[in-house]
Amino acid sequence: MTAVLASSTTTDPRRRPPLEVSFSRLGRSFGTSSDRRVVLRDVTVHIRPGEVLAILGTSGCGKSTLLRAAAGLDTPDAGSVLIDGTEVRGIDERCAVAFQEPRLLPWHTLQANVAIGLPKSSSASAGKAKVAELLKLVGLDRFAKHRPREVSGGMAQRASLARALARTPGVLLLDEPFGALDALTRLKMQDLLLEIHTAQPTTVLLVTHDVDEALQLADRILVLGSSGDGPGSTVKDLIPVPGGRPRDRSSRELAELRRNLLALLGVAAH
Amino acid sequence: MTAPTTPAAAAPPRSRNRGSGSARRVRGALLGLIVPALLLGAWQLSSATGTFTAVQLPPPGAVAAAGAELLERGELGVHLGISTQRVLLGFAAGAALGLTAGAVLGLSRTADALLGPTIGAVRAVPSLAWVPLLILWIGINEDSKVTLILIGAFFPVFTTVSLALRHVDRNLVEAGRAFGLTGFRLLTTVQLPAIIPAVFSGLRLALAQSWLFLVASELIAASMGLGWLLSDSQNNGRVDRIFLAIVLLAVLGKTTDALLGLAQRWAVQRWA
Ligand SMILES: Nc1ncnc2c1ncn2[C@@H]1O[C@H](COP(=O)(O)OP(=O)(O)OP(=O)(O)O)[C@@H](O)[C@H]1O
Ligand SMILES: [Mg+2]
Repeated sequence: MTAVLASSTTTDPRRRPPLEVSFSRLGRSFGTSSDRRVVLRDVTVHIRPGEVLAILGTSGCGKSTLLRAAAGLDTPDAGSVLIDGTEVRGIDERCAVAFQEPRLLPWHTLQANVAIGLPKSSSASAGKAKVAELLKLVGLDRFAKHRPREVSGGMAQRASLARALARTPGVLLLDEPFGALDALTRLKMQDLLLEIHTAQPTTVLLVTHDVDEALQLADRILVLGSSGDGPGSTVKDLIPVPGGRPRDRSSRELAELRRNLLALLGVAAH
Repeated sequence: MTAPTTPAAAAPPRSRNRGSGSARRVRGALLGLIVPALLLGAWQLSSATGTFTAVQLPPPGAVAAAGAELLERGELGVHLGISTQRVLLGFAAGAALGLTAGAVLGLSRTADALLGPTIGAVRAVPSLAWVPLLILWIGINEDSKVTLILIGAFFPVFTTVSLALRHVDRNLVEAGRAFGLTGFRLLTTVQLPAIIPAVFSGLRLALAQSWLFLVASELIAASMGLGWLLSDSQNNGRVDRIFLAIVLLAVLGKTTDALLGLAQRWAVQRWA
């Protein structure tokens, strides 16, 4: 597998370098003027190129909304998102998204679905090789010709991750990419993500429910939630995670951090 | 690290149940023939017992004989050929236009607001009302007949396509846009495949309408075709030929619909 990763870095000269992402005073509300619901308020955070930022928060706190703003799928009504210093306006081709649901085209094979992620400029033969390589990477090479409904939910989600990787993005936006996976596959996919990140450095924004996943993967953890007296969610805390990866899941330092994070999320540590 | 383990069964997809499925289909087709056979029997019986006079209801044999006679004179082939040709041309053109207009109005709120009411009003015009206008504008020729059929085929396709496009899974469309698909490429990659079943329902309705409009076009200004055979036989009191034309229209309509149904089954399997 390491060989696969190494070859992909050398054979893909168009790959974008990791890009910086800045949210500045980002705000987003939904609803009509009479019935306005603030979801995000005053979110400011700078993510260094190549950094892995985990976004933690309770369900409905606006994690997906934040990611959608970075992808240009949603327009914030206050503040802005800058990628590499330029403002995101509309769908941004420097980003690739793996959605919370796999969102694969049911009438295409997994192979064809992954190919949709390829950048426009890629040639047919290079694209084909890239797709085969990515399917192998996420362990789906034997299912390349299957349709999404013929594979499990976890497999579909891995295909969706492969589709995002096919874009060779400067910013990788992952919305609970391992949410539908069983515990074991989830651990393997976390390791895989780290390997991919080492071999093809890219800025990663990873939304997750899972405190341990955040501790294992992230350089910093952004805790999103209500804070102060304003409505909606904002940056509750931004916590650097110590230690190089892969990390010892049972270290005392992480246990301490886990307790703090759970407390921030409103869960009593036992 | 090794690749995540996957369930072992990597058997090639589909191609299950093919044998039993086709057996069921043949059985279904045979069941569908029972009622027509009974009707034919009842027809034969009622004309044999003299319930109706031969003028009101000629026996099946007489209708078959009328068909054989026309076939021998080489006229039946001409009628069948020209009617089928008109239907296929009008249907193809109407379906293509319906698909295009349906896509435009289904995807663009502005186009819908601008053109929707007009198209709705045009649709409300009964088919026969077009005939004088088409004859005036295009003349008594093939084009005017094909145009009338085109009008008939256009609306079912247009309506189903434009409605279905508004209900395509938003998440899928968004995923397509997120990966750089826009406009025509988004339409052909995501939106059209998603509405294939609806497109085919529209096409089947349109084909039925085409046969309807064919008769309308041939009743009035034609010198051949099944519709003309109907009106000519009425003028000459040839009830056997009237029956012949009706039976042929039924059989042709059903056959073309069945062919389209086969294409539909294939397409739905391919895209759903
Ligand atoms: N298009 C929209 N229209 C109206 N409300 C919306 C829209 N998108 C999101 N919301 C609202 O914004 C809030 C945050 O949604 P979001 O999907 O970002 O939550 P989340 O943190 O990703 O939750 P989860 O962890 O359950 O996925 C929710 O209350 C949701 O109802
Ligand atoms: Mg979410």
